[in-house]
Amino acid sequence: MSRHVAVIGAGAAGLEASSALASMGFRVTLVEKEDSTGGHVKDWHALFPNRRPGAEVLDSLRKNLDPGVNLVTGKPVSAIKPNGKTFFVESGNDWQTEADAVLMATGFSLFDARKKEEYGYRIYDNVITSADLEAAFSAGKVTMKNGEIPKRIGFVHCVGSRDEKAGNIYCSKVCCVTAVKQAIEIKEFLPGTEVFCFYMDLRMFGRHYEELYKEAQEKYNVQFIRGRLSESTEDHNGKVILKVEDTLLGKPLKIGVDMLVLMAGMESPSGTRQLRDMLHLAKDNDNFLIPSDAHLSANISEIPGLFYAGTCTGPKNIADTLADARSAALAVAKYLKS
Amino acid sequence: MKYEGKKLVWRDYQKEIAEDHYFYARSCIRQTFFPGSEMTFLRILKDELGKDVCDGAHHTSCTGIGYHSDIVPLETTMTVIARQFALMTEAGYENYAASCITSFGLYTEIIDMWHHFPETEDRAREYLFKATGREFKVPKNLAHASDIIYKFRYEIAAKAKYRLVDKETGKPLKVVEHIGCHYSKMFPHKGVGGAEYPYVLTGMIEAWGGEVIDYPERRHCCGFGFRQYIVQANRGFSIACSKKKFDSMEPYEPDMIITNCPGCPMFLDRWQYALSEMEGKTYGKNGKGIPVFTYEEVAGIVMGYDPWEIGLQVHQVPAEPVLDKIGVEYDPDKKFKGPNGEDLGRPVAPSYLKFYKE
Repeated sequence: MSRHVAVIGAGAAGLEASSALASMGFRVTLVEKEDSTGGHVKDWHALFPNRRPGAEVLDSLRKNLDPGVNLVTGKPVSAIKPNGKTFFVESGNDWQTEADAVLMATGFSLFDARKKEEYGYRIYDNVITSADLEAAFSAGKVTMKNGEIPKRIGFVHCVGSRDEKAGNIYCSKVCCVTAVKQAIEIKEFLPGTEVFCFYMDLRMFGRHYEELYKEAQEKYNVQFIRGRLSESTEDHNGKVILKVEDTLLGKPLKIGVDMLVLMAGMESPSGTRQLRDMLHLAKDNDNFLIPSDAHLSANISEIPGLFYAGTCTGPKNIADTLADARSAALAVAKYLKS
Repeated sequence: MKYEGKKLVWRDYQKEIAEDHYFYARSCIRQTFFPGSEMTFLRILKDELGKDVCDGAHHTSCTGIGYHSDIVPLETTMTVIARQFALMTEAGYENYAASCITSFGLYTEIIDMWHHFPETEDRAREYLFKATGREFKVPKNLAHASDIIYKFRYEIAAKAKYRLVDKETGKPLKVVEHIGCHYSKMFPHKGVGGAEYPYVLTGMIEAWGGEVIDYPERRHCCGFGFRQYIVQANRGFSIACSKKKFDSMEPYEPDMIITNCPGCPMFLDRWQYALSEMEGKTYGKNGKGIPVFTYEEVAGIVMGYDPWEIGLQVHQVPAEPVLDKIGVEYDPDKKFKGPNGEDLGRPVAPSYLKFYKE
């Protein structure tokens, strides 16, 4: 009988790795905590840099999922128990499987923007997150709480990233380019709307990202202001009042916008951290899982037979996540065949 | 505005406030600014709530204003605070209640410093002992006096004669709450409700029937800011800070402002007069100002205390519009009479700010 791999998490990484492993002849159980596959990609209206619909990538991943993969949904994994040369993967008391190898593709959770209390998310009516804006794009309706079209929108970069006060000193990598993409989408969706991006640095690390940033400025007249928001409040008309320093001009700014979009960063999910602690795996300050070698064994854990794929080891874009998933599948295959 | 969102924040910032037996440390400046406030605090706690409060005569300034103005060195501040704690210890108390926001912030800061750098506490103990022969225990519970009124807000509401409600319309009064910067901006978890959306005054206002206004410059400094005022050349900045707040709250048409810091009511009250003289601008309706109160004064008003006994006659912006709106019974002729009925004289009316009833 073929060796059995349990893949935890049916987001982009889990779907891609499961297909790769199944195509190599392994028996694969893909277990997902939610009722459907796709992870965060299913919530993303369009992807950067080419603004391809997120659904298109997800449909492809779902369609290409090897039919031999045993997909189990609605089962949050609560325990991974090493058992000699196998593992028991459990979801509470009602589901369990035994596998020769486990691949954690548990992804990330979005930073809870409420923790940046001074920005007023879930307090001020027209303060939303980047995820909320994607949902608005998907619904084809970007309006303020009162139903009116926003005439001026601000984007705040690095919400919950590179922020010691928020407990996350790392860069979430994709928020900058997401803000640029969303700013352009706003300008196309609502041509008369002014858009301001408040940033610390613009980290356009991927291919064509820099071009997108340039296009946002030159073609769409998106205003980029280098400075971190200190606070937002709401005036009696429901306008969001921002206090920010323009660090290039060296001056404080006070500006009113109709809508404020917070670019929420990536965090290690609480479920992943619980499994990490249960398995006595090493901890890092950023709480993401630590591969045994960041360069040479990026998918291999400290425990033989336990592997990592995707954003559970740190922020990644979708292309890097899929490449990482295929790399993880190879690492698992090498282990099981040795 | 989503009230539920604020409630979630408030849930994260609850603090332990002692139930009884407080060592009360008065403020340096409140007794001259608003002399009835501390008396009203003691009256409510002792006479209405039956609490045990030690109101000692031997404590000094905490050095807070000097400390924040870079005049008093840290070691001196720590030693003075050590002495305050020694007085508490000698009096047999463990719960320290500070009247002043800056003192409360400074005590919090020093206790935190001693926790993280125990050698600094050892040094303070050594200096204190050498200078005075005194020893001390760190308070078991440290609270600002507004925390204590907040803790007993429903008990006060149950005994209250009045509510913060318009007697004519039955609608809640619109109240601006202003929190002293040193209350929770430095240590959010030491303040009720945290730093961004403090609940300590909001809780009182709600319990006593009023409605809180959230306006854009709510978090902004009142204008005292120590260096903004104490350095004479900076006083323009001080009044500019206050003006920014008034301009921001004006569209909400607040009935009153309630504060929990010694300096804030002083500056929010007196600068309204100065602004009216400088610019002819007043922030209330029909040439009136926005009355500014300490939380003890507001507690005293709802308890039905005589407004002149709790010192409302020393306000630059007259309190009468709020008293009348609530329906408080008072004798206007006693406003400028002393406790024995002696005539204290009447202030000259400002040029623009309406001071006397027409």
